[in-house]
Amino acid sequence: MSGASSAAGAEAAPGLGVGDTFPKLLLDMAKRRGDRPAIREKEYGIWQSWTWGEVAQEVRALACGLAAIGLKRGDKIAIIGDNRPRLYWTMTAAQVLGAVPVPLYQDSVATELSFVVEHAEARFVLAEDQEQVDKMLSIRESYPKLEQIIYDNPRGLRNYTQEFVHSFEDVQALGRDYDAAHPGFFDTAVAAGGGGDTAIILYTSGTTGQPKGVVLSFDNLIKTAANGIAFDSLRAEEEVLAYLPMAWVGDHLFSYGQSYVAGFCVSCPESSDTVLLDLRELGPTYFFAPPRIFENILTTVTIRMEDAGGLKRRMFKYFMKIAKSCGTRILDGKPVPLGERLLYALGDILIFAPLRNTLGFSRIRLAYTAGEAIGPDIFDFYRSIGVNLKQLYGSTEASVYITLQPDGEILPDTVGCPAPGVEIKVAEDGEVMFRGPGVFVEYFKNPEETAATKTADGWVHTGDAGFLDDNGHLRIIDRAKDVGHLNDGGLFAPKYIENKLKFFPDIKEAVAYGHERDYCAAFINIDLEAVGSWAERNNVAYASYQELAENPDVMKTIQSHVEAVNRDLSQDPRLASSQINRFLVLHKELDPDDGELTRTRKVRRGFVADKYESLVEALYSSKDQVHVETEMTFEDGRKGTVKADLRIIEARTFGQTEPLKMAG
Amino acid sequence: MTENTRKIGNTLLRVDDITLSFGGVHALNGVSFEIKEHEILAIIGPNGAGKSSMLNVINGFYHPQKGTIAFEGRERKRMRPHVAAEQGIARTFQNIALFKGMSTLDNIMTGRMLKMKRSFLWQALYWGPALKEEIENREFCEKVIDFLEIQAIRKTPVGKLPYGLQKRVELGRALAAEPRLLLLDEPMAGMNVEEKEDMCRFILDVNDEFGTTIALIEHDMGVVMDISDRVVVLDYGRKIADGSPDAVRANGEVIDAYLGVSHE
Repeated sequence: MSGASSAAGAEAAPGLGVGDTFPKLLLDMAKRRGDRPAIREKEYGIWQSWTWGEVAQEVRALACGLAAIGLKRGDKIAIIGDNRPRLYWTMTAAQVLGAVPVPLYQDSVATELSFVVEHAEARFVLAEDQEQVDKMLSIRESYPKLEQIIYDNPRGLRNYTQEFVHSFEDVQALGRDYDAAHPGFFDTAVAAGGGGDTAIILYTSGTTGQPKGVVLSFDNLIKTAANGIAFDSLRAEEEVLAYLPMAWVGDHLFSYGQSYVAGFCVSCPESSDTVLLDLRELGPTYFFAPPRIFENILTTVTIRMEDAGGLKRRMFKYFMKIAKSCGTRILDGKPVPLGERLLYALGDILIFAPLRNTLGFSRIRLAYTAGEAIGPDIFDFYRSIGVNLKQLYGSTEASVYITLQPDGEILPDTVGCPAPGVEIKVAEDGEVMFRGPGVFVEYFKNPEETAATKTADGWVHTGDAGFLDDNGHLRIIDRAKDVGHLNDGGLFAPKYIENKLKFFPDIKEAVAYGHERDYCAAFINIDLEAVGSWAERNNVAYASYQELAENPDVMKTIQSHVEAVNRDLSQDPRLASSQINRFLVLHKELDPDDGELTRTRKVRRGFVADKYESLVEALYSSKDQVHVETEMTFEDGRKGTVKADLRIIEARTFGQTEPLKMAG
Repeated sequence: MTENTRKIGNTLLRVDDITLSFGGVHALNGVSFEIKEHEILAIIGPNGAGKSSMLNVINGFYHPQKGTIAFEGRERKRMRPHVAAEQGIARTFQNIALFKGMSTLDNIMTGRMLKMKRSFLWQALYWGPALKEEIENREFCEKVIDFLEIQAIRKTPVGKLPYGLQKRVELGRALAAEPRLLLLDEPMAGMNVEEKEDMCRFILDVNDEFGTTIALIEHDMGVVMDISDRVVVLDYGRKIADGSPDAVRANGEVIDAYLGVSHE
């Protein structure tokens, strides 16, 4: 638990910062590494850096300036904008005074922000530029308790003459005068802070209901940061690119917390459009990205390879095959025959190293992904070309880390072992719970939710269902509320099964059924692009999605995919009973216009089950064909009816005793 | 938004009784108007009204048969475009006139040509004073790039860019010359709504941040009415109206010129 305050991390490893708050860590770094770079920003095409000593001076002036215009202990200061050094300094300056920074998502519109600003009772706000200042001015009209607005970039703000709008420079200038008039103020303020104090309030983006403000203490963040640093042996020489939203706990821990504890330099990109260019220039050694970004980068590589000349393309294909067969084993330090090792080394010179360079991964030691399931192909691609990509499982309520994949123990479908200091247990209903040094203090002004999420002895509900496998690795299967049971008592995790199916490029969507049924069954949507390009290559003529979906060869391919998933499931005693016994390929694509998907393209399982009730019933009967008529909306808004006779296919299932036999 | 406190100053440029003809065609016929310091002036009119000819006269590309032009109170008769540029007049073109094979940065650097005093030989040596000069000018260009938010395309060849961005690069090249008077020939032609909004914001910001006087030709009346301080209307080479956007909108002759006159 986070109650007791101590000099966290001080004993964890030599060289780490000493101090139980971020202001104290900053002053410690300024003393010991005063002339080393602390933060960089690319401006006017050049990386500008500030040393730890300079940052301490900037923060000192800003903190005194904020005090001069009235920021007091316990006040909240909202911070909104892209990752900029001054925004990070504002966090520290507020913490010096015992005020609490509340970073906001910079893309949100004013109406979304007003809830958070009002709920957090923010008195001050630091806004990056005119766009953000305008949002805050509009919030201030209905929420006058928002007293002072400070801006970083003065562009377009010259005519904002309100006395409560200040430029960053003006506040710092006020601060220097204040500092001169009140010697000792700054040092006293820093010394007054302690590890148990609130460090930050992070609002979770909240997919359901209103956002909740997660209160984290200095102890939470500093201990978690130090644990992560020890686990991955991070050094003061790491290079990190800060490009993910500052309101997100990951950025706060990686770009702020760990930088202050380990003393490494964080770089801010020139603009949100230049992230990939800046990534390449900087060559970070420690990098975090959600699966979507790794996926996008891979797609760009694939497209560019397809446009490349024949020789290059053949080389790429040849060496990628080698990378696939032995790259991950080499990365994990496992034994690999000399011949393969030599070929891989040649591939590294010719393909992998230049490729890593193009992607900005030349110097990478450690890359993490989290947030959602990453496709095994994508995961393996990066690992096979020598990027040490790992998964972690975390949450804002845990100050990020719940589990981490240790080097050399990387299994694509687990999220690793409990992080140092973190305990994990699986509740009776399958929900994963954790306890550790990073466990949040409370939800701000929301005792009911706090009580519902955190037990009296510090265990936190994650809302995710999962289990620890035989090696002690955690496997997350689904949101707990979606997990059901088959009639024989077996676990049924629809999203887990659907994701496994969707990792095949031929399958675009899948909907799995099985809760309170005898067996598991599924609807499948083929991917028109992937299957269509197969059809083109094989001279298969088709006029519509429906016709392609009914093609017997397509059916056979999909069946083999389903059986591959079944074989995978059969290896796991907990999931073996939820193998897909029967499936059908839908006659139309699931579409948000028909209400079958949400706008963010998530399957609305219940709605689909009601709409296609006859199909679901057919899956659980002995019929091998079913007639269906569906109303659908065309792209121009017209409605029409599609009729089809769908085949229901029995898929082979596997007993646990024959895991490695090949499917027919 | 707060009230614009920017001050419109004295006359920066005065054109007086300009007549320009090509053979028997009178492109401009006795046109007079003033451009005041720090203002945004729009020149509008139907096709063939003589708008682009007017800009070409102002920056010395065409030489009128009759009439005078005074920039900052100094009258001039025949003047070459490069002299106009040296005096602080920069422009963009209706059809983009960039170096397609060069990067955004290099294109904008060409806008600094007049500020570079070292000879070709010095520049080729790229040493000492020439290097210093290059760095100073590069710094200014980087400020322009930052201002126009085109950092991501700094090194991209201009020919590969979409049209809206090319227009922005062209504006950047004009800005790099640190003009006192900026002439924009249809800066928003062929753009979608979003690109137009961006361009409007940049034009207003240029005017606001640097105090640059701007004269622009534009067909989108919404844009004209929104951003200009004053509007001059040309029709068949004559000036038919000159005043605030509201006054011009209500002017009967302008309505006739745009909508045609009924012949009852």
